[in-house]
Amino acid sequence: MEQEYKIDPEQAEMSGGEALVRALVDAGVEYIFGYPGGAALHIYDALFKQNRIEHILVRHEQAATHMADGYARATGKPGVVLVTSGPGASNTITGIATAHMDSIPVIVISAQVPFDQIGTDAFQETDMIGLSRPVVKHSFLVMKPELIPEAVAKAFYIAQTGRPGPVVIDIPKDMTDPAVQFPYRYPEKVFMRSYNPADTGHPGQIRRALDLLLAAKRPVIYVGGGAIQGNASAELSSLVTRLGFPVVQTLMGLGAVPASARESLGMLGMHGTYEANMAMHHADLIFSIGARFDDRVTNNPDKFSPQARIIHLDIDPASISKIINANVPIVGLAKPTLRKMNELLVRSGRQPDSEALAAWWKRIEEWRQAHGLRQDFEEEGNSAIMPQKVIQLLHEITEGNAFVVSDVGQHQMFAAQYYHFDEPRRWINSGGLGTMGFGLPAAMGIALTRPDNPVVVVTGEGSIQMNIQELSTCKQYGLPIKIISLNNEALGMVKQWQDISYGGRHSSSTYQGSLPDFAALAESYGHLGIRISRPSDLRPVMERVFSAEMADRLVFLDIMVDPNEHVYPMAIKGGGMNDMMLSKDMRT
Amino acid sequence: MLLENEAGALARTVGLFAQRGYNVDSLAVAPVDDGSVSRVTIMTAGDDRRIEQIIKQLNKLIEVIKIVDITEDSHIERELLLVKVRIHNNRQKDLQRLIASAGGSIVDSNQDIYTLEITGEPLAIDSLLEALPGIAQLMEMVRSGVLGITKGSKILAL
Ligand SMILES: Cc1ncc(C[n+]2csc(CCOP(=O)(O)OP(=O)(O)O)c2C)c(N)n1
Ligand SMILES: [Mg+2]
Repeated sequence: MEQEYKIDPEQAEMSGGEALVRALVDAGVEYIFGYPGGAALHIYDALFKQNRIEHILVRHEQAATHMADGYARATGKPGVVLVTSGPGASNTITGIATAHMDSIPVIVISAQVPFDQIGTDAFQETDMIGLSRPVVKHSFLVMKPELIPEAVAKAFYIAQTGRPGPVVIDIPKDMTDPAVQFPYRYPEKVFMRSYNPADTGHPGQIRRALDLLLAAKRPVIYVGGGAIQGNASAELSSLVTRLGFPVVQTLMGLGAVPASARESLGMLGMHGTYEANMAMHHADLIFSIGARFDDRVTNNPDKFSPQARIIHLDIDPASISKIINANVPIVGLAKPTLRKMNELLVRSGRQPDSEALAAWWKRIEEWRQAHGLRQDFEEEGNSAIMPQKVIQLLHEITEGNAFVVSDVGQHQMFAAQYYHFDEPRRWINSGGLGTMGFGLPAAMGIALTRPDNPVVVVTGEGSIQMNIQELSTCKQYGLPIKIISLNNEALGMVKQWQDISYGGRHSSSTYQGSLPDFAALAESYGHLGIRISRPSDLRPVMERVFSAEMADRLVFLDIMVDPNEHVYPMAIKGGGMNDMMLSKDMRT
Repeated sequence: MLLENEAGALARTVGLFAQRGYNVDSLAVAPVDDGSVSRVTIMTAGDDRRIEQIIKQLNKLIEVIKIVDITEDSHIERELLLVKVRIHNNRQKDLQRLIASAGGSIVDSNQDIYTLEITGEPLAIDSLLEALPGIAQLMEMVRSGVLGITKGSKILAL
């Protein structure tokens, strides 16, 4: 492998630990989320002696991985984790798997027992390369200290290019030994003969796609997380405006096109809007951009959009025609490929079939009129606070500008449905793995960067308890996160499924009066905790939480919501996208 | 396929088959060319769509350099068999004849124990293994796994 190296003449020799930290600086790293231990101590000592990178001491390594992940989702830059061997390394696995499923660039540096002890069941030895193999994009075991900078450069390159994903660097303790010094060389350019990610899609395929788009009578543009990861929002929005086609977005794609755009039909899939799912089902052409026809979108693939032809643009060829066969596959990055399509459209002056399109929009409007998302949640009339109302108010009070970071459950779906995202990288959630406990740490990774807009966690009393120890980390680093807990005193999403499919038998989905007083708990961590249950308190308290006076504080707002509420629409298992429950007693 | 000859690359390849529920029917690996690459021949079964997915998924592995489905072209398949047998009474001649007709050879013999070596198409090896028990008792065998190469000018090389 031929690499070009940057050699620093002044700093001639350094140890592996110093070289690692220096390479991270050269890779542009600002923060490391980590937790020390024996095998990592040389590295921690090297961190102590510098001030270019800030280390954030977490309370659990899983949380470190979610923080790095949240940072990456919001900023687009890779997040970096540092942990010790054994339990430190194994604790990161859920976080790595979460990042892997949503294609997020995260670098996990795990210390390892000394090289000659590998395989001996040494104290705190775990085979991190083996353990993480199914959930990483790639991994490196460092076998020579002087190869550390190269491993870092390659890890960053691999994590960010092509279809992004997590990369593990496992470093045996002796590789970072301060007694072993060598000249530092950081590769300026990484070249790997076996890894050549695609760029712009094939021109022939782009032309075929445009022909299909312009001939379509009932087109839908179906947008996934790839459009956000690929920073393609601007190109996508101009294509949408130019064509005037309806757009549906996956849970991961929300914000890629503004929710307030005329063409947006909102989210599709299991809890998507009626009009989005109906449009998909009746389409004659689906243009998929950075989406992967996940089972939470398609419902039963055999009944999926029976008349649609498919254009599938994705950076990962393995995602194309995996579930649903594509008529026009385009392997490429969304941004340059959509830019090319826009250029060709403008240059040719070709227009879509406006008559057919008008008729199609008329049908879509009828669907929207008939069964669009319920909006009429009273603020004060009900006896209990409605969870949807909380999200509507959150949108209103934060003027739609917040970073909304969610956990997993009903609250996640309410947030996705009712907080209308107008910008990419504002809606942060674990879509692919559905990891409860993701929300708070992911929000911390964003709050650290001190954005101008509020960072809000929308969570449930179940999810928040999976990483609640991080309230302590928030105190240490002064992270002014706003935690909005929709407390239904149950694993609500599980309970909803039990209501629908298991005769209302709530097997292990409630806590039998064992929940803590979350407000008091937050207070004991040194934050402000508030609990409300009366609908009339909702607006004034929410306004206070987001007032200037609270701007520097972490506030835990524990909102007792209607425990019987379900998320609708909901796809009917085994059906097509047109088969939905619209309320507890109405089906399509 | 051609795979970087690096620690962990083979584990990733085999792991992928396990993770995604694909079967490995046969696997043969050895370094080739300058030793920096391994040539891997994997035999697996599935319809076109499944094979296409397997190839795409393998291609995503960072260490995979090139991969082809050689069954799409006319190609050659070879496998090596080493088999140790105990010959039935007075059947030496029959054994020699069978081995000769299969193009193999006797590489070791010790009283009534014979070790045989045969290279051929997997099916030919299967049929030899079916014929042997009439002449000798099978004691031990080892197969290399299938190696493949395309016919004509098409190549899989760096
Ligand atoms: C780590 C993990 N374990 C289990 C699940 C399965 N699960 C999905 S939603 C849910 C309930 C979540 O409860 P809560 O956080 O209170 O949210 P709610 O649905 O009540 O709004 C569970 C247990 C999961 N997604 N993640
Ligand atoms: Mg709950």
